[in-house]
Amino acid sequence: MTREPAHRRRARQLTMALVILLGAWVLVPIYLLVVNSLSSPAEVNGFPKSFVPSFDTGSLGFFLGFAGVTRALLNSVLVAALTMVLSIGLGAPAGYALSRFEFPGKSSYRLLVLMTRAFPLPLLALPLAVLFIRTGLDDSILGLALVHTSLALPFAILITYSLFSGIPLELEEAAWTLGCTRLQAFRKVILPLVLPGITASAIFAFVISWNEVFAASVLTIQNRTLTAFLLQSLDVSPMPLKFAGGFVLVLPALIFIFAVRRYLFAMWGIANR
Amino acid sequence: MGSTRLPYLLLLPSVLFLGVFFLYPFALVAWEAFNRDGTPTLAHFQTMASHWKFGTALTNTLLLAAVVVPIQLGLALAMAVLVTRMTRGRDMALYVFTIPLGISDLAAGIIWLAIFEQTGFLNSMLQAVGAVDGPRIWLGYQDKATIFLAVVLAEVWRATAIMLVILVAGMGLIPKEYKEAAEVFGASPWQRFTRVTLPLLRPSLQTALILRTILALEVFAVVSALGGTNLPVLMSETYVWQFDLQDRHVAAAYAMVILGISIAFTLIILRVLHVPKEART
Amino acid sequence: MAVIEIKSVAKSFGSFTALHSVDLAIADREFMVLLGASGCGKTTLLRMIAGLETPSEGEIWIGGRRVDHLPPRERGIAMVFQNYAVFPHLTVYENIAFGLRMKKLPQAEVDRRVTRTAELMHIEQLLKRYSGQLSGGQRQRVAVARALAMEPDVILMDEPLSNLDALLRLEMRAELKGVLAASKTTTIYVTHDQVEAMSLADRISVMHQGRIIQSASPIEVYRDPAARFVGSFIGNPPMNFLPARRVGPGDWQVAGLALSGPSTDADEADFAIRPEDLSLADAGLPAEVRVVEPLGPHVLVTCDVAGHAFRAILDNETRAAPGDRLSLAPLPGRARWFDRTTQRALSA
Repeated sequence: MTREPAHRRRARQLTMALVILLGAWVLVPIYLLVVNSLSSPAEVNGFPKSFVPSFDTGSLGFFLGFAGVTRALLNSVLVAALTMVLSIGLGAPAGYALSRFEFPGKSSYRLLVLMTRAFPLPLLALPLAVLFIRTGLDDSILGLALVHTSLALPFAILITYSLFSGIPLELEEAAWTLGCTRLQAFRKVILPLVLPGITASAIFAFVISWNEVFAASVLTIQNRTLTAFLLQSLDVSPMPLKFAGGFVLVLPALIFIFAVRRYLFAMWGIANR
Repeated sequence: MGSTRLPYLLLLPSVLFLGVFFLYPFALVAWEAFNRDGTPTLAHFQTMASHWKFGTALTNTLLLAAVVVPIQLGLALAMAVLVTRMTRGRDMALYVFTIPLGISDLAAGIIWLAIFEQTGFLNSMLQAVGAVDGPRIWLGYQDKATIFLAVVLAEVWRATAIMLVILVAGMGLIPKEYKEAAEVFGASPWQRFTRVTLPLLRPSLQTALILRTILALEVFAVVSALGGTNLPVLMSETYVWQFDLQDRHVAAAYAMVILGISIAFTLIILRVLHVPKEART
Repeated sequence: MAVIEIKSVAKSFGSFTALHSVDLAIADREFMVLLGASGCGKTTLLRMIAGLETPSEGEIWIGGRRVDHLPPRERGIAMVFQNYAVFPHLTVYENIAFGLRMKKLPQAEVDRRVTRTAELMHIEQLLKRYSGQLSGGQRQRVAVARALAMEPDVILMDEPLSNLDALLRLEMRAELKGVLAASKTTTIYVTHDQVEAMSLADRISVMHQGRIIQSASPIEVYRDPAARFVGSFIGNPPMNFLPARRVGPGDWQVAGLALSGPSTDADEADFAIRPEDLSLADAGLPAEVRVVEPLGPHVLVTCDVAGHAFRAILDNETRAAPGDRLSLAPLPGRARWFDRTTQRALSA
């Protein structure tokens, strides 16, 4: 074994040190939130604070027992699930079309999709609030899911576009020559291959909706989502409620990001072009 | 297969959807902002601009974006470079760095509130080392500077990940040979970064900057969580006009301002980081 | 019975014409190779026969049935793709069975056919594996087995060997020839590799810029190129060309050497000779040696003849050095002549 030169080793150690430092920068604030959520309300309001949790479920129990919280949680899940279904249902066919066909109007369509990125989308909620009152969609799960879909759809289109582009056309053509119709080839060859990626982008759509604050606050009154509930009770709610709420908000996001981590970079690499 | 209609059929649902829920609402917003009882007017913009909070909200928003985005760019680039230099634990580091990607701005605001609030961890730590005698108020209505700082920290903490992901993905698209060629021709690591990596990364830098700048201009929940109404920004004023003041015309005018600034920044970034077609790989 | 007729088929992509009105008839059980450089239209033609592209004009008939507007699955074809297109989510067995299942054949028949073709392609021990566990050569075998299992009237092959390394290519080439001859199907095979074309084909169609320049047996294509392009494309190194001036009826002057050639009215033509059809003689083309490359069985000498690059393949005992002057005589009956304007062959 050859010895690593000293300057190489120092560079490697420096890299490691910086990575650990940055990792701590990301993780410590989350840890502190966890400490707060796993402490009793009295501890949360107390001073000075302990930097280790007492594993008291008082705060979380207080939060979950608070009027409207379970309803808000349920609403958040429903809106996010609906957003997920809508954005994949609308986005995946478009992504497939973009990856497989050359046709007049393709560049205009891509421009439309990219354009949505340059707009502050949550503002859509303002005129839609009026529109929804007229159509009876106001303060409804579906109404909010529609707005969240307009937020998640461009991502769904670009991500599925990249997923389908990653599957050689040859595979589909081979299926056609072996007796498949276009639909059969899609079902038997393309779908099994893109399914993990589609799942990842569906999860992504879920998280986008789960985390959205502005439109949710504008569009819901009775049927508040968790974010809308937390935002509207920021000034009035006691600290333990806020921190436990924040914790519940963060938890699924952590799991989701872990689930899609393999796809994160591939998705963004191509959504770039 | 000669199906010329199929692509259009596949695009149709999303086009209809974007038409109804993207183009149409924007037309509505513009209409609300520019009319009163059906006649075109700039009155709503005057109302907006003459309100004492408008100037502050505009300044705060722009200042936040101007401070946050460059820090994030630098940090994301540093993270990306560090990660590419790692041999072991690379995936783990990437996962940790991208965790905030899944965290909403509201949750980020609450997380940093746990640190900065009066009985929070910052004061607890300062007390422990004897720097303060009792809990200090950091986020009171007179502490604009510390609120601003807390918002910057929370934003940098939360939203650097999105840039990181775009940049790491972009770096993955740059063939290794370019850097190796530069190394063979005698470029130092720093020169390889500035002369090879950065120029080739321009398309990703463009995407990352546009996305982040627009999101920075939409900053809302972090500010609400940390500063309440003490640090007005454009988005929070939009919210106030829509709900507390019940004037959706002025809210729409705010929306137009945010939109205008977003488009202006997008165009500037596109122009500054323009990649000529011939120079694309 | 699968005769293939291609009648005035043309294809354009926007303003780019990939194929100009091509006519071609392929006999039952014939092995037809479409040979040409990339972009010559050979793959486009194959894909139109497969039904993966629609012709802009013309008709395609397979086995007496007009198919140009049928989808691929109704054409009675099977295809082997350049990158094999072995489905990564299915085992080798299921890959080979894929088309048979689409035909809803009974399981016993599927089993029989999969086993038979797998044995034929020597992959019976791989049936449970996935594409990711196979080497390039093995994937190639799966792709061929999958096509053969369909027992199609026509097998279409798009550069099937181009992704294999040289040694494997040689091996697969011989094996393909044997297997396809035994299968009694009509084969259309696209390649840019002239050696592959020569070794496999009953007939080669040389394509250039969207046109078929010559369709003939390999030896005819080599010996009697129908056009200057064919001579310059086929053969390694290719034919030598020199300008010729007519000095009398059927008498031509080439670089100072008098030769008898075609009787034509034109005053000028192109004289062509293959490098191996030259010998050292007293009366020959005056050549000044530029580069000498010993290749083992023979030596390749690149010379200058009247200002034109000129190659000769000579006996490996030939002593020549750069700067030497040689006299190179064409072997009798081997010289070819081409019209200066139409570039077509002139009969001597």
